[in-house]
Amino acid sequence: MSYAEKMKNEWFGNVRGDILSGIVVALALIPEAIAFSIIAGVDPMVGLYAAFCIAVVIAFVGGRPGMISGATGAMALLMVTLVADHGLEYLLAATILTGIIQVLFGVFKLASVMKFVPRSVMIGFVNALAILIFTAQLQHFVGETWIMYSLVALTLAIIYILPKFTKAVPSPLVAIIIVSVLAIAMNMGVRTVGDMGTLPATLPMFALPNIPLTFETLMIILPYSLALAMVGLLESLLTASIVDDMTDTGSDKNKESRGQGIANMVTGCFGGMAGCAMIGQAVINVKSGGRGRLSSLVAGVFLMFLILVLGGLVVQIPMAALVGVMIMVSVSTFDWSSLKNIHRVPRTDALVMVVTVGTVVYTHDLSKGVFAGVLLSAIFFAAKISKVNVESHFDKKASRLTYSIHGQLFFASVTELIEKVEFETKAKEVVIDLSNAHLWDDSAVGAIDKMESKFEKRGAKVYITGLNKESSVLMDKIGGLSKASGH
Amino acid sequence: MFNKILLAVDGSEHADRATDKAIALARLSKNATVELLYVVDGNKSKSDVLKYGDSDTASFKRKEMLKAYEAKLYNKSVAYETTILHGSAAQTIIEHANKGQYDCLVMGSRGRNEFQTFLLGGVSHKVMKHVKAPIMLVK
Repeated sequence: MSYAEKMKNEWFGNVRGDILSGIVVALALIPEAIAFSIIAGVDPMVGLYAAFCIAVVIAFVGGRPGMISGATGAMALLMVTLVADHGLEYLLAATILTGIIQVLFGVFKLASVMKFVPRSVMIGFVNALAILIFTAQLQHFVGETWIMYSLVALTLAIIYILPKFTKAVPSPLVAIIIVSVLAIAMNMGVRTVGDMGTLPATLPMFALPNIPLTFETLMIILPYSLALAMVGLLESLLTASIVDDMTDTGSDKNKESRGQGIANMVTGCFGGMAGCAMIGQAVINVKSGGRGRLSSLVAGVFLMFLILVLGGLVVQIPMAALVGVMIMVSVSTFDWSSLKNIHRVPRTDALVMVVTVGTVVYTHDLSKGVFAGVLLSAIFFAAKISKVNVESHFDKKASRLTYSIHGQLFFASVTELIEKVEFETKAKEVVIDLSNAHLWDDSAVGAIDKMESKFEKRGAKVYITGLNKESSVLMDKIGGLSKASGH
Repeated sequence: MFNKILLAVDGSEHADRATDKAIALARLSKNATVELLYVVDGNKSKSDVLKYGDSDTASFKRKEMLKAYEAKLYNKSVAYETTILHGSAAQTIIEHANKGQYDCLVMGSRGRNEFQTFLLGGVSHKVMKHVKAPIMLVK
């Protein structure tokens, strides 16, 4: 297939399915974009502009057709303190910088770095995200009446029971409409989206963030941008893999990284907050028949159209309905199968998952959780692989003591190795057999040198045998330095 | 009698027993073939990708999982082929079953608990309603 044919297929290979699913996704995106803006502490418009800009830009530059990106909970949660301490303009600047970092990731083909994030950390990431989205809803219950509680319950009931009868319309949307109509008609006086911020019915306008362009500004936004860039790519590439699997097709992960970056740069210039791919929306899109780039474009454009036309109604949506939808989002984000299988996976993997979740819930920062999880996995890995076995054999006739060493020799395993060797010997010859060992670093070489010199001090002649090629190259390069005699 | 049998499996114990029944049916005629069908739905995609890292590994693990069924068929010298499809379980089974000329569809009654069946609806129930071929539902 030529490039033009490929593009034509990605855009127009599934027009009907893409338009219909795009409309469904646009309807499902609105409540989420508003709710994530509220989590981040900005006006609902910031999340809606982000959803619009990101969905439209990704349609053109993304690497995974059929995937939906927009304002997400994972990203919103990372922005809370930046918005609270410095305000919206700094968030927009951080969004642009996030985009630049992500483009660099894509250009230097660093998508493969994601393989250093173990699967148990990814599962912990998703579960922690679900828990945070849920706990972010709890503040809306404070000081509320039973009217609000029952509206939330009604929203959830409609969301979960309606699909039993029809799947033609997304049930969260129906729930929002019914609950809104009910609240307005009966004049319940509950808090609405309008109480959380303004929602002007205007298209996003191009404007660079109004911030002082100083080194100090950069130092304020850089840590946020790094965390946003990392978490955004993590969730985007995970979502891309899920869409790959659902549609049984491949995707270009580096192109997706660049695309996410471009989308965030554009979003920041148009007053939107940083976003990334959305697992839930992508699954809804594919399930509704969306496969091509057109679905993302339709979702973005239709969302903006609805907001421009219906903006006056959107502000009247009760917060209770939004809270109900977000509870549903958190329940479906959580990877329940990981709980069901927790007794079956290795205990260290389960612990890594729990620590990832615990760190995120404690710090409210997904990037810190991922960091803690990766670090703990690395420690467990080093502990597992640093087991060394030493077998000794003494040949009386030749007065030859043979040590065969099994395992990986590196900084973490050499202490154990030295402890396992008995240096008090009267043997004339000592053979260190390394045919089942691999030397990885200078600590390993140092340990072998140390063994050699200790035995030689006791008057034994030392032979080292069975070095594999890599190990002997390492040995030649740095070996013998710590020992006076040499060979 | 039953020459072309479609066997839908999901990795549950019910599917194990359904496989035994499909073999018994196939052995009634000389040239019977069994088509082993496994459908990956959206939620399965999500949890498998989380569990195995990427789509390729997930696909590999699914083929591994199906080997148990293939071995059963092979050991009883039943000719078989394997199909893996992606989509909503009930809908995909229905479409695939109605597209081919199958003499019988054999499947396990699903391993969902009552609460899940209440929320999601039974796959076997929908399949029973919409598949044209005769169906054997194995408990």
